[in-house]
Amino acid sequence: MSDYPAVAIKGVSKQFKAGITALTGIDLEVQPREFSSLIGPSGCGKSTLLRIIGDLIEPSAGIVEVNGKPAHRARLDHDYGIVFQEAVLYDWRTVSKNIALPLELLRWSREKRAARVRELLGLVELEGFEDHHPWQLSGGMQQRVAIARALSFDPALLLMDEPFGALDEMTRERLNLELLRIWDASGSTIVFVTHSIPEAVFLSTRVVVMSARPGRIAGIVDIDLPQPRTGRTREEPRFFELVTEVRERLVAGGAELEGAA
Amino acid sequence: MASIAVEQPGRTRLDGAFYGARRVGLVLLGLAAFWGLWEAYRWIGERAGITWPFKVDQTNMPHIHDMLSALTKPLQPGGPTLIHYEWHWALFTGKEALVGFALGGVIGFAIAVLLAHSRILRRGLLPYVVISQTIPILAVAPMVVVGLGQKGVKPWVAVSVIAAFLTFFPVAMNTLRGLLSPDPRSLELMRSYAADRRSVLWKLRLPASLPFVFSALKISATASVIGAIIGETPASIQDGLGGAIVNFNQYYSTGPERLWATNIVCAALGLVFFAAVLLAERLILRRAPEHVA
Repeated sequence: MSDYPAVAIKGVSKQFKAGITALTGIDLEVQPREFSSLIGPSGCGKSTLLRIIGDLIEPSAGIVEVNGKPAHRARLDHDYGIVFQEAVLYDWRTVSKNIALPLELLRWSREKRAARVRELLGLVELEGFEDHHPWQLSGGMQQRVAIARALSFDPALLLMDEPFGALDEMTRERLNLELLRIWDASGSTIVFVTHSIPEAVFLSTRVVVMSARPGRIAGIVDIDLPQPRTGRTREEPRFFELVTEVRERLVAGGAELEGAA
Repeated sequence: MASIAVEQPGRTRLDGAFYGARRVGLVLLGLAAFWGLWEAYRWIGERAGITWPFKVDQTNMPHIHDMLSALTKPLQPGGPTLIHYEWHWALFTGKEALVGFALGGVIGFAIAVLLAHSRILRRGLLPYVVISQTIPILAVAPMVVVGLGQKGVKPWVAVSVIAAFLTFFPVAMNTLRGLLSPDPRSLELMRSYAADRRSVLWKLRLPASLPFVFSALKISATASVIGAIIGETPASIQDGLGGAIVNFNQYYSTGPERLWATNIVCAALGLVFFAAVLLAERLILRRAPEHVA
């Protein structure tokens, strides 16, 4: 798509007003079409880093460039699609209208919007639910609407902040597979925050391991599992090796597994 | 995953009719119970000689059937019945209240939108909005009537302004709360789309505020009727319910049931306003039941 990395983070740090250092000395590059996961214990600043990439908050120091542009410019250019842990759907809008919200803001015509929404409903397998309201959907379905909304305007970069964190294991594994299919079909770059090691390994091409207090990058694990990933991927010996490697990096970074405060 | 978690309210038309009839039945039952309690207290009170908190007799507690039958009797010998007058008074006061309700609603809404835009404006202006409501309406009313009268404004319009004075406040406060109600995530979402302030207002803040607005309008609906009735008093307007109340007050000892009958009409007018807002809310707000404030 371009000669620039999808995301280039140089020397980013973040202090909050209370004097807490959330992030320090972050350098990271994400290449186009990559699926990168940020993983780390609570308080490692992974969500903060995601928000800085998306220009939702500003770093105290350092630069973030997206497709060779400052993050602020990229946001104004609609380069981001964001999915939060909660679906953040607007209750008064139907599924279709929620998905079309960004398109309305971009002043797409009614016909173009309708056509795009139909396409997306197919992509996230929600045909037949276009006129439902968010509160009539299960948590997994709501999150799929949120993903469709984020993809609606074809952003170059998809930022996902623990999007499946609130879902049960079964739903989560299903949506993992769907997300990979969507990633493949949409050709976007994804930065994905999670606290689940298997999820990070299963989804990603690269796992960025972070450690806490202050938040920094403890290591990067390249995930060389073959594409496309399937339900069987989780049963391969290489999968378990990589899970173990990520876990060891987390522990080396000071994370207390299972007990991280 | 339970792929279909859809709950459709499965009410048939027959169910609707049933629930409707049941509601009407409950209201009638409530009215009958009230009537029964009133008359029972009257009956016991007269025989037991209850004098506290007030003496129970025809002056203080007229029979409810006397109040209702007063409506059907001529006000003056050979003239139209009381209900005929009440109808016209109610229309007149209703007009004042409606204009006041609309005026207060629009002003309250505008104030809320203005205040929602900046914290500095909230800090600076909100105290005055609150202070405006600490001033007794009876103290403001003559100023409004005289002041506007000098400008050639019709007295009934001045009364509407007084009603608006009572109605704008709940609308302003609740709408402001509603406009500020979207959670940080919803706002971050808008930010990620680089949405401008106007879009955030139209696509997020206003729809999110609607349940709050309707809560306020329900309060304002009845407040506007009260405001109109009270406003008529200093304006010495004789064409409305307020004027009638002043009149019947003076003849209370000889005909208390007329004042009571007028009170019933006032209550009915307030209910009509309330019901209209309720209906509008039902039509406009279609969302999860728990989100309807």
